Amino acid sequence: MGCEACVAECPHQALYMNDEGQCNVLENDCVDCGQCVDVCPVAAISLPQRAESKEQSNNTSDKNVISENKTEEKAVKLEGDLSKYQGVWVFIEQREGEIASVSLELLGAGRELADKLGVELSGVLLGSEIADKANNLYQYGADKVYLLEHPGLKYYRTETYMQNFVQLVQKYNPEVILMGATTTGRDLAGAVATDLGTGLTADCTALDIDPEERLLLATRPAFGGNIMATIVSKKHRPQMATVRSKVMKMPKPIFEQQGELVKVDVEIDESQLLTKVREIVQQAGDKVNLQDAEIIVAGGRGLGDGDNFKVCYDLAKSIGAQVGASRAAVEAGWIDHKYQVGQTGVTVAPKIYIALGISGAIQHLVGIRGSDIIIAVNTDPEAPIFKECTYGIVGDALEIAPLLKQPLQQLLADKKAS
Amino acid sequence: MHIVVCVKQVPDTTEVKIDPETNTLDRSSAPAIINPYDAHAVDEAVRLKEQHGGKVTIISMGPPGAVEVIKKCIELGADEGYLLSDRKFAGSDTLATSYILAKGIETICQDNPFQLIFCGKQAIDGDTAQVGPGIARRLLIPQLTYVNEVTAVDSAKEVITVHRKLDDGYEVVEAKMPCLITVEKEINQLRYSSLPNMLRAARYQPHMLNADELNADVTNMGLKGSPTSVAKIFAPEQRGEGEIIAGSNDETINQLIQKLSDQMAK
Repeated sequence: MGCEACVAECPHQALYMNDEGQCNVLENDCVDCGQCVDVCPVAAISLPQRAESKEQSNNTSDKNVISENKTEEKAVKLEGDLSKYQGVWVFIEQREGEIASVSLELLGAGRELADKLGVELSGVLLGSEIADKANNLYQYGADKVYLLEHPGLKYYRTETYMQNFVQLVQKYNPEVILMGATTTGRDLAGAVATDLGTGLTADCTALDIDPEERLLLATRPAFGGNIMATIVSKKHRPQMATVRSKVMKMPKPIFEQQGELVKVDVEIDESQLLTKVREIVQQAGDKVNLQDAEIIVAGGRGLGDGDNFKVCYDLAKSIGAQVGASRAAVEAGWIDHKYQVGQTGVTVAPKIYIALGISGAIQHLVGIRGSDIIIAVNTDPEAPIFKECTYGIVGDALEIAPLLKQPLQQLLADKKAS
Repeated sequence: MHIVVCVKQVPDTTEVKIDPETNTLDRSSAPAIINPYDAHAVDEAVRLKEQHGGKVTIISMGPPGAVEVIKKCIELGADEGYLLSDRKFAGSDTLATSYILAKGIETICQDNPFQLIFCGKQAIDGDTAQVGPGIARRLLIPQLTYVNEVTAVDSAKEVITVHRKLDDGYEVVEAKMPCLITVEKEINQLRYSSLPNMLRAARYQPHMLNADELNADVTNMGLKGSPTSVAKIFAPEQRGEGEIIAGSNDETINQLIQKLSDQMAK
């Protein structure tokens, strides 16, 4: 299937993918250790019985080396290079002094990771005249806030934020860093991880800790969002991950909670910088608020063409819903990307999600999983969305959507009244 | 002006099918295409070349079959293309990939320094958006990500002005060249390839470079150079089998409304 899990697992680099996405074995490098067999999700690899004569002694010694390494890794908890890294950090994103909700959600997720590791949770706040925001962060779970204030940090710029963030990491050595997968967070995370030469996993949908090796287990959809992969960074610290908005639950603030403020000196020489933010243009009118929508009517490729997509608008309008779309509908050019629901679009959590002609690629399904009720209409009874929905109707969305208008309108009005 | 564009060959993920029995990917069902964002990056580079003169060079890392996407870029108006291909690159994560591409760019730009590097904002198979910033850091140049418009290029002052897309608008940013830009699709409308470009592409043989030709440290490549690894691959948890409502259209809708009404009353 070309997932390359075996390629990554092989300690002797004896596996590679050919052009057709099939796994090939370099006979001379393979030591029959069988690690690839264990990791293959589809049981596509087996160990052939090899002739006894094949460099047995050599193999055995290699295997010993592997197992020795493994024991060392587990001991790393207390000693070794990785032991100096401690604590969980969350990059606190703000614009015009307003903290992004994803940062607060990540404090919630980070709190759980920090508790499992038995370490502090810290928020890292960069900006200009934002010291008063720190209290807010304690309420959402931070034990500590690193505050970096400077007029040059008023607007996000890769170079200023990256330099200051990297210096802070090098001084305090956190073991885990989380950032929101916003345009800012992803821009910063990629630069910081490269500078630190460490591992970064984008757009995670779940985070956990392996206590044995203090590993961050970062799970995300892979291969176009059709399957899930848990990514680890075994020998590099800090372990970095980004998470999209609304994926993690917003923690309940505890108002009396206090924390420690660490003010960090910032020096910025504007004349040495290579980028300048000239202007920020808000386009509020264009904003599509799928994240907070209570009802969403989304269309997919099953609608057939761009003209047919208007059944979504019609139904949405009549029941006061927001319009959404699958990736396929967006790729086909029927609707703008900002309406895209799913891993690569927006993660949503409405009360009712109506999927019209959406087959349900995993990358879409992970984006709607938080919905209370999912109603799916699709002509293909085998469509994966029927395995995830609350109610499924096998039929033509173009016929059914118009029929839903009146009764749904009535139902919602009744519910509102009662 | 010398513009380098990084492109990637990807499986067309909208065409990937899942085997409903085993819940695994059927990769053979997906044709290999140029990453759609990268096509817009190439087009933008060609447009700038048309306005300001210069040269557009394509670079890609991938298996030998990826020469096809480079030929596609020649069709779109690029002048030259290099494919970095070596088994030593296999298994590279984003950190190792950015290292290899940065070394490749240094190698091909030895005698003709670049002013701009274009990338797509992300690749549709990995969706990480990490390789662009990674290349910029390794080459120590500014990065401008999620760009949806190039508004001005001042070659004399070596300054470029762009619009960077934000979640609710955009920002106008100026950067000193050389710099790296990752683009959104709305930066341009892809144009049809001209006949001469198509003919040229049909005959064109991209340059091939392997690990030894990059003047690079092989321990930073492939699995050895990749901090991240896949610990586990699995089919996602399901919410639980949906309840299929059957019958004529009217019947199903009545049933649905009744069920919704019951559920919402809870």
